[in-house]
Order: sequence, then C-alpha cells, then structure tokens
Amino acid sequence: MRAVICQDADEAVADIADGATVLVGGFGPAGMAETLIDALIRQGATELTVVSNNAGNGTTGLAALLAEGRVRKMVCSYPRQADSWVFDDLFRTGKIQLELVTQGNLAERMRAAGAGIGGFYCPVTVGTPLAEGKESRLIDGRIHVLEHPLRGDVALIGAHQADGLGNVVYRKTARNFGPVMATAAATVIVEVAQVVPTGALDPETIVTPCIYVDRVVTR
Amino acid sequence: MTAPRTRAQLARAVARDIPPGSFVNLGIGQPTSVANYLPPDSGIVLHTENGMLNMGPEAIGDQVDRDLTNAGKAPVTELPGSSYFHHADSFAMMRGGHLDVAVLGAFQVSHAGDIANWHTGESDAIPAVGGAMELAVGAKQVFVMMSLFTRDGDQKLVPSCTYPLTGLGCVSRIYTELATFDLTRGRVRVVDTFGITREAIIERLGLPVDA
Repeated sequence: MRAVICQDADEAVADIADGATVLVGGFGPAGMAETLIDALIRQGATELTVVSNNAGNGTTGLAALLAEGRVRKMVCSYPRQADSWVFDDLFRTGKIQLELVTQGNLAERMRAAGAGIGGFYCPVTVGTPLAEGKESRLIDGRIHVLEHPLRGDVALIGAHQADGLGNVVYRKTARNFGPVMATAAATVIVEVAQVVPTGALDPETIVTPCIYVDRVVTR
Repeated sequence: MTAPRTRAQLARAVARDIPPGSFVNLGIGQPTSVANYLPPDSGIVLHTENGMLNMGPEAIGDQVDRDLTNAGKAPVTELPGSSYFHHADSFAMMRGGHLDVAVLGAFQVSHAGDIANWHTGESDAIPAVGGAMELAVGAKQVFVMMSLFTRDGDQKLVPSCTYPLTGLGCVSRIYTELATFDLTRGRVRVVDTFGITREAIIERLGLPVDA
C-alpha cells in the first residue's frame, strides 16, 4: 500500500499495540527517531520489546521510553555506555530483560527477515558465550552458527527527506540501521526533516524505496 | 629502547606497520589514536562500522554534526572519497573479508591468538559486545593494542583466556608498552622489547624459551 504522509507523530503511532516488537533505528543519537518515540511515550503502549543497537542515551528518546517502564525486553548489541544509566538501573534491578546480539548479527537478522530468508549460518560468535545452545555446522572447513531472522511489528526510523510516495534518503552515518529496519517490520514509520514533492529526489540516490514505507512524519 | 613505550609511541608503532593502501578499522578506545599517526600520503582508508569509509579526523567546533559520528559516537569528519552505507552492508564488508586490518583493544589474548575483549564475566557487569566479534572474525589481520599487565599485575598475554571469548585464533600481532609479539599457529615470537630484555620478558610471561 502507498505510504501515508501523516499530519503528526501522534497519528502515526496511534495503533502500536501493547506487547509489540518495535525496531528503533539509530546508532546512539544519530538517526534516532525522537519525535516518534516521544509520541509513543504519549500513546501509552507498554510491555514492548525494543530492538535497537543501544539501550538509550541520556534521558531523551529511547532512554525516556525505558524510564517510563514501558519496555519489557531490549534486543541490542551495546547497551552499556557512559550515558546509559536509565537502562543500567532497570537491568540491575531486574526490571528489564536483555538479549545481547552482535552488531552485525543484529543487522543481518533483520535483513534476513526483510528479505524472506529463514536464517543464516555465520562464523561470528563461534567459541564464545553468544553461540551457546545454537545449532552450528561446518561449511567450507569453518564452523558457522545458525542465526534466525528478527522481525518487528513496527519500525521507527529517523531519516533526512522523504517524497510524497515515501521514498527515503538519509544523512551521513545517521543512515545506520534505518534501511535494514525499513524492510523488517510490518508497519514502517519514518520521521524526516522534510517531505519534498514526488519527483524532487534523484532516483539514483534513494536508499529506502517507498515499497517499504507505510507512514511518514515531519519532525 | 631503554624505557617502556608511551601510548603515543605505541600508536605510532601500530600506524607504521599498517601497509599503505589498506582498508582499516580502528576499534574504540586506545586503537582510535592510531589515526593520528597514519601518514597523510599512505592511502589508508578508515572504515567505521556504523557505516562509513574514508572517515576523517575528529570534528571540532563548527564541523560537529550529530549525523556524522564514529563507532565510539564521537563527532568526526569526511575525507574526499568518503562513502556511507547501512549496517548490513557495513558488517558484510567485515565478515566478507574485505577489511585488511582491524586494531582492537583486549582484556586478554592467548598464545593461540584467541581474544577476549568484550566482557569481564563479572556477575554484575552489563555485557556489551557491539561489533567486536565481527571485527575479530572478519578482518584479514587483527592487531591488538593493550597494556601487557592489568593494574593488579596479572598478565594479559596468557596460555588460554579466562574471560569470555570474542574470537578464536584471530590475533596475529600484539603491541604493548614492553614488547611487540607475533602470533603464528599457536607460537609466540617476541619481535622487539622496550625497557626490558627479551630474556626477562620471556621469563616473566612464562613463554616457550625459543620465543
């Protein structure tokens, strides 16, 4: 279905359900969809599973959602940072679950989900605690570990510009997980600095084609 | 040299050993400082796993841009010929064997080249792995930069790692303040020493005598 250009972020996130798995783009603050996350905080959905590289920075964005006690489980690669005190407190007091996934497996598991691939074998994690209990096999003389696809009910992505059809371009390293998450969720919501007329974006530069995008909001 | 290497001397030594024209990922922490010593005409291209090739120096003042950071989330700059890509592509570059050198920090490295650098294993520690495992497994060569002993005096080049592993048999060279080591098929060779004799370091580390 064609993407909808929403009037505001509250409209865009209105139907996110309790218990949903939410893919949250961004690498630290770069590419974090803070307008959409603020709207999700107002919207009230709870018991969420959040998939994001980090577990919130400072007190805004994802950290604010965590602070509201709305996230049951984090799936991420790098939760602990100098400014991750909100997550740290929740984790140490047993108020949040953590599934630790390597950064590349996090991206590739979502890529697999978005590409209709039922998992993949990968030599990363072999011999480490992150491979425990996982199926492995010898491929070309090297042990590979089976990783499963990771899909979301919703993706919240921060980007640079979208056109009227929902084609999206990003800016610099704020691209990070956005293009992969856009393929891997049932409902993909993108916030941008600017919506431009359809035809104004050079087709050669579009990173996320409109087929993946359901809703667009201006931040 | 008659004294242990300073951190700057260590970074300079690593920089000198990276072949011109290499594609290189410098891990967060101490390895990041290697960038300050790469010769401008070396043609070395820095990769940052959050999605950029030909990353420039740290951004200062007006150059700071929230959308342009390195893997440590510090603001950086572009160099001519830089490019951006998403995370799945960035880690495909690593896993797919396209990076020539990764420089990593470590808690421990074993004689066989196993590396432990992501988790102390302490029960109250919050684990964070990031891209360390992909770098360890994917780069053609993995260099480690670390102090040779912990603050408590425990050695970090060990017969086998006691911390949770990051990758198996992947480290080929270790740069420390006291010595540089080559690791080949389970054997350790002392390349050079600083402020200590070769014999003394072999004895202190309990290395095989032909090291």
